[in-house]
Amino acid sequence: MPDHIDSPAELHLLDETLHCSGSWTVGHLAGLRSALRKLVLPAGTTLSVDGAGIAAMDSAGAWLLLELRKRTEAAGGTLEWQLLDASWQRLLEFVESVAGKTQAPLAERKPPSWLDRTAGIGENLIGFLSFIGETVIALLRTVLHPGRVRWTELLDDMFETGFKALPIVGLLSFLMGVVIAYQGAVQLKLYGANIYIADLVGHSMLRELAPLLTAILVCGRTGSAYTAKIGTMQVREEVDALQTMGIPPVDMLVLPKLLSLLIVLPLLTVYSDVMSIFGGMFMASTQLGIGYNAFISRLGEAISYTTFMIGLVKAPVFAAIIAVVGCYQGFRVSGSAESVGRHTTVSVVQSIFLVIIVDAMFSILFSILGV
Amino acid sequence: MTPMPDAGSGREVVISLRGVRTLFGERVIHDGVDLDVYRGEVLALVGGSGSGKSTLLREMIMLHTPDGGSIRLFGTELVGIDEPNADALRCRLGVLFQQGALFSALTVLENVGLPLREHTELDDAMIDSLASIKIAQAGLPPAAAGLYPSELSGGMTKRAALARAMVLEPEILFLDEPTSGLDPTSAGLFDQLILKLKDLLGLTVLMVTHDLDSLWDVADRVAVLGDGRIQGIDSMRALSNSTQPHIREYFEGPRARGTRERKC
Ligand SMILES: Nc1ncnc2c1ncn2[C@@H]1O[C@H](COP(=O)(O)OP(=O)(O)O)[C@@H](O)[C@H]1O
Ligand SMILES: [Mg+2]
Repeated sequence: MPDHIDSPAELHLLDETLHCSGSWTVGHLAGLRSALRKLVLPAGTTLSVDGAGIAAMDSAGAWLLLELRKRTEAAGGTLEWQLLDASWQRLLEFVESVAGKTQAPLAERKPPSWLDRTAGIGENLIGFLSFIGETVIALLRTVLHPGRVRWTELLDDMFETGFKALPIVGLLSFLMGVVIAYQGAVQLKLYGANIYIADLVGHSMLRELAPLLTAILVCGRTGSAYTAKIGTMQVREEVDALQTMGIPPVDMLVLPKLLSLLIVLPLLTVYSDVMSIFGGMFMASTQLGIGYNAFISRLGEAISYTTFMIGLVKAPVFAAIIAVVGCYQGFRVSGSAESVGRHTTVSVVQSIFLVIIVDAMFSILFSILGV
Repeated sequence: MTPMPDAGSGREVVISLRGVRTLFGERVIHDGVDLDVYRGEVLALVGGSGSGKSTLLREMIMLHTPDGGSIRLFGTELVGIDEPNADALRCRLGVLFQQGALFSALTVLENVGLPLREHTELDDAMIDSLASIKIAQAGLPPAAAGLYPSELSGGMTKRAALARAMVLEPEILFLDEPTSGLDPTSAGLFDQLILKLKDLLGLTVLMVTHDLDSLWDVADRVAVLGDGRIQGIDSMRALSNSTQPHIREYFEGPRARGTRERKC
C-alpha cells in the first residue's frame, strides 16, 4: 500500500448505506472502534456498503467489513457491497475463504494440579538420582581408563572456572575477612583480648566461611554457566547429535566439568582462606594495633592442621554438588530459550540450597566426631 | 521519502543497492553489489552457500551495516539513517527468518499478535481475530494457534513465522530460504501462498532460495550472487540459457537441468 494514503478509516450510516472512507488498513483501524460500538443497525433491512471512498484496504480492513456483514445478518438483515474496487472484492473473497477456517482461540491451559506437582517432584528426584548414578559410572570408567580423560575440555574448563574466578573470589574473601575481624574487634576490645582476633578470623573463615563463600560464588558463576551451556546444546539438538554418534553426552559434557570443579574448588578454597586471613590481618592492625607478625604467630598457635582440613574436605563435596546439579538441569532443558532460563535459575537455587544443607550436615558430623 | 521511478521501465523501484561492500575481518563478502527491486515483483536471490545472500538480506532489513555503498528502501538511504526513520521503515517490512525465529515463550497466536499489540491501538479481541485470520491465511490449522513453537514441526514453524511477518501488512516481504526443509507438497503450497499474497496485496517479495521449483514458478526475476557481485539478473528462462560462466555453474547441475526440462 503506498505510503501517502494514511487517513484513518471512517464509517457513517446514512439512510441504508454504510459510507466507508479513509484507509482500511491495519494501522488505521483503531479509530473505527467507537464508530462500530455506536453503530445501530436497523433490523431486517438490506444495507449496502458504499466503498467508493476507501483509499486503501488490506486483509484487516477486509475482515472488518466481513464482521460488519456478520452483524447485519445477525440482526436479520443483509449487506451488499457496492462501488467496491475489483481488487478489494477479490481480497474480501480471499479473507472470507480463510476466515471460515479459524476458530475461537483455545481455552487457557490449566495450571498443573497439586497432585501433578507432587508427582513432578518425585519424578524429578528419581531423574536426579539416576543421573548421579550415570555420572558415577562414567567417572569409574574414566578412573579405570585414565587415557579417556578429555584433557582439552578439562583444562579449558579449569581455566574458565578457576583462573577467571580468582579476582572475584579473592576480593570477596578479603572483604569477608575484614568484616569478621571488624565485628570481632569491637567485642574483643571490651575484654582486652585483642590478640584473640587471630583465633576468631582463623576459625570462622577456615573452618566454615571460606569454603561456603567460595562454593556459593562458584554456584552462581559456574553452575549457571554449565546449565546454560548444556541447555543451549539441548535446544539445538547438539546433545541428540552426540548420542547418535555414539558419544555418551555424560562423558563428553559432564565428566570434564565435574573433574575440573573437583580440582578447582579446593584450590579456590585455599586461596579464599589466604585472602580472608589477609583481610583479618589488615583489620587487626588498623583497628586493634596488632602487627602482622604478632597476628601470624598467634594464628600458628590457634589454628591446627585439622581446622584447615575440616574446611578443605568440604570443597570436593560442594564441587560435586555444583557440577552435578548444573549439568542435570542443563539436560532437563527442553525446546526453548525460555526453558534454558528457567532451568538456569533452578540450578543455582538448588545447588546453593544443597551446599548449605550439606554444610550443616558436615557440622553435625564433625561435632559427633568431636573435631 | 519519494519513491523513485526507474528511468527505463517506468516502474517504481522500492529497493535499490549501489556498490554495496561487506567485509568480515579481512574477508570480502560483497564487492560492489548493484540491485534494483521493483514494486510488486518477486525477486529471487540465488548463489552458492556462503556467497553472502543472507548477509545481503540482513543489510536490506537494517540488521547489518554495509562497509560501503548505498542501500535505499522506498528511496530512503539506510546508511546513516536515524532511529525514528528506521522504525518507520521497519513497520513497512516483513521478514521470515531462516529458522522462523518465533518467540519460544509465546504461543503461535501470541507470536502473530505481537506486532499488532506493539504497533496498533486495536483491542485484544480484534488482535486475536486478525491473528487467527493470518494463521489461517498461512495455511495452519486453527488448533495450531494455541501451540508453543517447540511443539511445531518445521513446516508449521515456517507458516507461523510467515503469518507473523505478514500481520502488519508489509509492503515488502523478505524471505530467507522459505521452503528449505519442507516436504514438496508443503513447499508447493507455500509457493502458491506467496503468489496469492503478491496478487491480492500487491506485495513485493525478495526471497533467498535454493528451491528450483520456486525459482521457476514464483520468481519474476532471479538474481545470481557470485564472487561478491550480482552476476546476472533476469527471468529464470533467460538465465537458464545464459552463457555467463558463474550463472552456468549455478544452473548446470543435473537437478537444475532436470527441472528445466520439466518446466520448458
Ligand atoms: N557474523 C559473521 N561473522 C563473520 N563471518 C560471517 C558472519 N556472518 C556471515 N559470515 C560469513 O559471510 C559469508 C556469507 O554468509 P551468508 O550471508 O550467511 O551466506 P549464504 O549465502 O549462505 O546465506 C560466509 O562465508 C560466512 O562465513
Ligand atoms: Mg543463508
